[in-house]
Amino acid sequence: MYTVTELEEKARRALGKKATFGDDVDLDSFDRTFVPHKYLAEEEICALPEDEQKRLIMSGLDVTDKGRGGTYFQKDTTVIHCHSDEEGIEVMPVTEALKKHDWVKEYFWQLVPVDQDKYTASAFLELHDGYVIRALPGSKSIYPIQACLYLDKENLQQNVHNLIIAEEGSELHIITGCATSPHMKRGVHVGISEFFVKKGAKLSFTMIHNWAEEMTVRPRSVARVEEGGVFINNYICMKPVRSIQMYPTTHLVGNDATAMFYSVIVGTRGSYLDIGGRIFLKNRGCRAEIVQRSISNGAHIINRGHLIGEAPDIKAHLECKGLLIGGGIIDSIPQLEGHVEGVDMSHEAAVGKLAEEEINYLMSRGISQEQATSTIVRGFLSVDIKGLPGPLKEEIDRTIDTSNKDTI
Amino acid sequence: MLIIEDLRVELAGRTLLKDIDLQIRPGETHILFGPNGSGKTSLLMTIMGYPQYVVKKGKITFGGTDITHAPINERAALGIGMSYQRPPTINGLKTRQMLDICAKRTIDAGEMARSLNFEDFLDRDINAGFSGGEIKRSELLQLKAQNPDLMLFDEPESGVDIENMALIGTTIAQILEKESPRAGNTKPVAQQWKERTKMGLIITHTGYILDYVPADKGQVLFNGVLACAGNPREIFQCIGQLGYEECVKCTL
Repeated sequence: MYTVTELEEKARRALGKKATFGDDVDLDSFDRTFVPHKYLAEEEICALPEDEQKRLIMSGLDVTDKGRGGTYFQKDTTVIHCHSDEEGIEVMPVTEALKKHDWVKEYFWQLVPVDQDKYTASAFLELHDGYVIRALPGSKSIYPIQACLYLDKENLQQNVHNLIIAEEGSELHIITGCATSPHMKRGVHVGISEFFVKKGAKLSFTMIHNWAEEMTVRPRSVARVEEGGVFINNYICMKPVRSIQMYPTTHLVGNDATAMFYSVIVGTRGSYLDIGGRIFLKNRGCRAEIVQRSISNGAHIINRGHLIGEAPDIKAHLECKGLLIGGGIIDSIPQLEGHVEGVDMSHEAAVGKLAEEEINYLMSRGISQEQATSTIVRGFLSVDIKGLPGPLKEEIDRTIDTSNKDTI
Repeated sequence: MLIIEDLRVELAGRTLLKDIDLQIRPGETHILFGPNGSGKTSLLMTIMGYPQYVVKKGKITFGGTDITHAPINERAALGIGMSYQRPPTINGLKTRQMLDICAKRTIDAGEMARSLNFEDFLDRDINAGFSGGEIKRSELLQLKAQNPDLMLFDEPESGVDIENMALIGTTIAQILEKESPRAGNTKPVAQQWKERTKMGLIITHTGYILDYVPADKGQVLFNGVLACAGNPREIFQCIGQLGYEECVKCTL
């Protein structure tokens, strides 16, 4: 464990360090000062203006809290709501948790290097807040916990740090939305997330991005999965954004640990999306799967996928499919690395266009060309995500459906 | 009623069909014979409206509407449907959803699929990894849901095993209203026959379908030209004995 002083020194040295991937962002041109907001009671969230509510709902936040096990809601730099209804599941703001509980320090900056780049450094030195969500040993959440990181102030750089801990034998589902208010245009979101999936635990984390056209987004997340643990990481981004660069990494450290990454990306003109996924399989029996679906409607999309097999009897597969429907670039970069005998690793990647034959086939069943096109696109984006509770899966399908209708 | 007059069709600049005249009246089912590459599938695709099949001359009328240059979906809306030989896979589109598209509403897919032993395929992506026989059953199921007036069948027996042939055959007869008249119906048989509206055009190589569907007329398509209109069983017999080339000599 590092001391705070050590972390600070490292962070200061990395303040000017560019990231390996993605366009460089001049963070000095953004404002990081704290923005006070009033804490909202549950019923007050329901009373937010309708257009804001709509943005929240589209990012997975259920304002009525129905079908949710708890809520964390941060607006700009400030926590405006935080509670848990589920027994055995704790939801806390990270700044408060660091002050109150010593154990939190055992997780803070343990997986993501503070000096990885200028974004991690900035998130350490000028942290606003973030959430700690912890499922106690053996607890099973029925409803997902929802977390929303909302940006409202123009030109803000929001620095967030999240810790997600699924203790031994627990089951935890989180749906997290990131969104901007309807009037907001320019800003930066830096989000550090560290996931700890302990022995036999299961964690699903579904992230829905709903940004503005001039937003720059730099998530930095790393997960560690112990023996028999399962980590499902879903990512959905179908709205315009200027630039996103992320490369979430998972370390499967225990025997028979499993990680599954699913991402659905639709990029429109002017968006630069560099989305990666990396899974280290470090022990016998580990399983990993990365499934990426992206559609470019004029965007520049880079799909990186990297699987590293370091132990025998591991199985890993990467599937990356891209569809160009209105110009743009899809750059698919799958990578497999086997370090020992006995690994079983594969990938399939494809970039293509809408098939005329499929459109005609559907039209001969009586639907118009536009309907046929959106039916094919919808099918392309529908990823069979395993291991999610029914309602959450339906909700993800619905989100993709709605965004699909808006975008295409 | 389908009326094709003096049709000439090109694909990528090459003439595939010429001087085609064909009429299918309500209640009639026609059989189309012909060697490989003679233009049978092209004729079906042209009637369905596939844009790569360019009509250079002549006219296609369906139900009184000139559809010579109508887009595919308009023809489907007017009541033309097709059972394909090798339809494309559409990833992520479940067979169940496809049936709703065909029927234009949410239907009880399970109920409908039962008659074709196809319940297990409803939640699979349409045509993904289907065997030849499964494709045929899926296509028939879609036609059943769509319920068009004119049905075009491109080799409905190909790839179907003996066991499923009867199922395919009787289903086609059923949707084309070519089943034997049922006893106990209050209407006289002659009237039941007269009131039939469904029309069919079936491509066959093997002739098996003739055992199940009492077809009204047979024709041979040879080198892009229609010949030998007549009794489908007689024509099939003639082809079997003398071959296509000899058989079409009578008219060419």
